[in-house]
Amino acid sequence: MVRHKHQNLEHLIDFFAAISRFAEIIRDVIIRAPLIFKNPDLTIRQMRIIGIESIPLVIITSIFIGAEVVVQANFQFQGLVPMRYLGFVVSKSLISELAPVITAFVVSSRISTGIAAELGSMKNSEQLDAMTCLSLDSTRYIIVPKVIASIIMLPVLVIISEFFGYMASIIFVHFFIDVTMNTYLEGLRLFFSPNDMILGVLKTSVFGGIIAFCGAYFGLECAKGAEGIGDATTRAVMLSAILILIFDFVIAILFL
Amino acid sequence: MKDTILKLEHVKKNFGPKTVLHDVNIEIMRGEITCIIGQSGHGKSVILKNIMGLMKPDGGRIIYNGKVISSPITPDSEYDKVRQKFGLLFQGAALFDSMTVGDNIGFTLRERTNLTEDEIQARIRNGLSMVGLHNIEHQMPAELSGGMRSRVGLARAVAMEPDIMLYDEPTSALDPIMSDKINDLILGLRQKLNMTSIVITHDMSSAYKIADRICMLHNGKIIFQGTPAQIRASRNSYIQQFISGKRKLFYAMGADQEMDKQVNLSSIHKEAHKKTFGGVTELKVVPKKRTVGDI
Repeated sequence: MVRHKHQNLEHLIDFFAAISRFAEIIRDVIIRAPLIFKNPDLTIRQMRIIGIESIPLVIITSIFIGAEVVVQANFQFQGLVPMRYLGFVVSKSLISELAPVITAFVVSSRISTGIAAELGSMKNSEQLDAMTCLSLDSTRYIIVPKVIASIIMLPVLVIISEFFGYMASIIFVHFFIDVTMNTYLEGLRLFFSPNDMILGVLKTSVFGGIIAFCGAYFGLECAKGAEGIGDATTRAVMLSAILILIFDFVIAILFL
Repeated sequence: MKDTILKLEHVKKNFGPKTVLHDVNIEIMRGEITCIIGQSGHGKSVILKNIMGLMKPDGGRIIYNGKVISSPITPDSEYDKVRQKFGLLFQGAALFDSMTVGDNIGFTLRERTNLTEDEIQARIRNGLSMVGLHNIEHQMPAELSGGMRSRVGLARAVAMEPDIMLYDEPTSALDPIMSDKINDLILGLRQKLNMTSIVITHDMSSAYKIADRICMLHNGKIIFQGTPAQIRASRNSYIQQFISGKRKLFYAMGADQEMDKQVNLSSIHKEAHKKTFGGVTELKVVPKKRTVGDI
């Protein structure tokens, strides 16, 4: 019984220590963020890796999201809701939630795991120690460019996702749904609010930060060996998915 | 007389309940090559990480040029002031995977010095030629062999011209010829730059070749400090076991002539000897006879 309590206490201490370490990484990154202008090439390289190289993945996902929303809405509306609202539902769901959150999930599966694996491998092969020995700040040169690139590129990816989602929905409606194009396009414009779009895009910057910080945290905390790296990547993608949903909810409460 | 450049005084290090370094005292002389030998898991790399500032001792202190740079109460900023005075060659070289060989060497120079790009390129070429490599600036570390990686790691570590160069088992993963090449490079650095070196190793042939002094670590304590000749002559059974690479003591003892090298009969005081041994004038130590049960 006593041992059980002791273990619970240890877990609680570990939990708070982990939060403290996570906060420490965020603090270190914020302090060093202005220094990115001294090495813009590092951030640009990460923007290419995180942003440009994720575009094909985002396009494929968005096409199917757009088409799927049309299929679902069309099915649910049958005989209940006028079809002029089909475009409205697709537009609102894509802009407000589906494009930002699903893009964040998809990019997280690629980026937070990538960052965790890279940092974990650098830690295990003593590259991070080597940086310290050479008086190079690993946070500044490795983590900050990834976080900044992720914060900048996620909104860009979401805009691309929304564009392709819209296009896919229009094409799908045109070929497979019994609704005229005029009705559908009118629905897309109905109740369209630029603020929804701006909020939807900007919140993905927060998601971008979450994705990069989760990857960085688990990479730096990575245990030795292949299992350690595997564990770090799994935890990174899990935590980033959970935090994306929590922050999505908090932003919705605060701004809607 | 050579002066002390680095001193470890009563250094202790714990990992949780386990004490890895008990009370380590080492004095490193300027311009000398000191080898720290010992079995795996006895704390050699922990000493090195404490010297490099990658860990802080839990007790004792590390003094560089008369100034305390690391102790449980010394702020990290004190170490940061002298960090560039130390260079480290990691066991696996720890080259940055995402950078070319040239960038691996030049990155620190670009970030930490005011050298022009031409000067940096010249230093990269000089560094590489010093370790016997040419025209590999644009290759990635993954394209290099183990020996080449070690040499690039060495070129990177000495690019900032440190006062003290540390080597973490530099020859452990290399073939004998490449190991000898690395040993020659370590000796060459001392000759050319009068660089002080600390080498962590358990390769005794390397230690005999390069060391001015050898320190032996056992269970977190320094049990021997002296020259290669002194360690060879040591009568400590564990040391003999280690340096001759034998699992059991009687293997280390070898034959009578080996014992004669270790036991200097002329140094035994005759009177004291008479008192102890009651008139026995000749002392001969016979190696234990091997039986089937001993093996």
